[in-house]
Amino acid sequence: MMNSGPAVAVDRLTVVRGSTTALREVSFALAPGTLTGLLGPSGAGKTTLMRAIVGVQLLRSGSVQVLGLAAGSAALRDRVGYVTQDPSVYADLTVRQNLQYFSRILHTPAADVARVISQVELDGQADQVVATLSGGERSRVSLAAALLGSPQLLVLDEPTVGLDPVLRRDLWTLFGQLAQSGVTLLVSSHVMDEATRCDRLLLLRDGGLLADGTLAELQARTGQSDPEQVFLHLIDHGLGGAA
Amino acid sequence: MNPRLLLATAGRVLAQLRHDRRTIALLVGVPTVLMTLLWWIYDGGGVFDQAGAPLLGIFPMVIMFLITSVTMLRERTTGTLERLMTMPIRRADVVLGYAVALGFAALLQTAVVATFSIYVLDLQVAGPEWMLLVVSVLSAVLGVTMGLAASSLARTEFQAVQFMPALLFPQFLLCGLLVPRDEMPEAAEAISNLLPLSYAVDAVKEVATSPDPTIWPEVLVISGFIVALLALGIVTLRRRSA
Repeated sequence: MMNSGPAVAVDRLTVVRGSTTALREVSFALAPGTLTGLLGPSGAGKTTLMRAIVGVQLLRSGSVQVLGLAAGSAALRDRVGYVTQDPSVYADLTVRQNLQYFSRILHTPAADVARVISQVELDGQADQVVATLSGGERSRVSLAAALLGSPQLLVLDEPTVGLDPVLRRDLWTLFGQLAQSGVTLLVSSHVMDEATRCDRLLLLRDGGLLADGTLAELQARTGQSDPEQVFLHLIDHGLGGAA
Repeated sequence: MNPRLLLATAGRVLAQLRHDRRTIALLVGVPTVLMTLLWWIYDGGGVFDQAGAPLLGIFPMVIMFLITSVTMLRERTTGTLERLMTMPIRRADVVLGYAVALGFAALLQTAVVATFSIYVLDLQVAGPEWMLLVVSVLSAVLGVTMGLAASSLARTEFQAVQFMPALLFPQFLLCGLLVPRDEMPEAAEAISNLLPLSYAVDAVKEVATSPDPTIWPEVLVISGFIVALLALGIVTLRRRSA
């Protein structure tokens, strides 16, 4: 059942990791069926924010609601797909063995494994041990695991790192299709051209939400047309004044 | 606890082991070679019987401790545990899945080494040989559960390896093999009463010397330690981290 409210609602979220404040009073909401890009320099808090949404991050204050429930609730565990930045799959198992294990946990039909292998275009490598795959192939195995079942929210931490342009295009097309079918996606990236594929962008800097809007809005506000320039302008000058 | 997911996890861990042929060879080969070495230096006979019976459990225990703490730590550090923690699987199913898989490996390992020691090296015990096997397997499983619990204390594999001397060597010194426990300073004996290996060695000594040994009290205590260490392994696995 799809909730009528937002798929993700983050309210004044603050996270402290060790001596640093990783996220400071971050608030935003994601509408169901949208594809949102999460941008920001490394160390800005992107991964921490994603960990908070999937419910494995200890929070200092604020709240994170996912599909109307507190993030990390047991009832969400087969409705949220998460891909960590480093491929979180077993290097000493084959692609198929990895996905079969995750499929058993999610209690999805056996045919689901073949479906996700095709979705990430790894049919030819299905019976290869993950350790023998290239970096890009490994991250696609990790992505395939998140596509198992029918997740309503996908949280993808830099899923296209190390992929060639053709594969990146194919995956972004897939993300777009998933969003159209009603899945909510939050995808972090540091490749600015990918911003053009998103319905909306969130820009983090030093743990704070610096900008939140469509690419067109941010282009207008910064007076820049190239996504990379938009990004650099926002990082250097904030939302203050257009150049 | 969900037996289906527990067994899926155990099957996955065993599949990982199966892909690593060299580890399997080392798992079975190392303790077999060590027992042969022991037989050789004592030239077989009575002293070999005396030292060999307890070491039949201690060698697999040390090896299983290391293997378990490193594999479990790998799960924690490579992001796969973080993924599992976002999925519908209980922490107990993860930890017990590991325990079942590695416990099975321990059983195979100990069975091979014990069979070899008894039938090839002619290791003699006064009691029934199956009891020696039971205690040795329990010691190896104890190694597995100590490894599961210890892996939560380590942040890196480098640290995990060092927990072996830190946690096992004191138990080895106090277990009664070097000095009988009732001849130790009182405080040392009191400490040895709290350590699981002491009970394993007591049981082996009983099997080695008595034609009609009673080992169930020790087996009960060791099983208690195994259950407690498993519980510790489960509660130290956190779904959320800082």
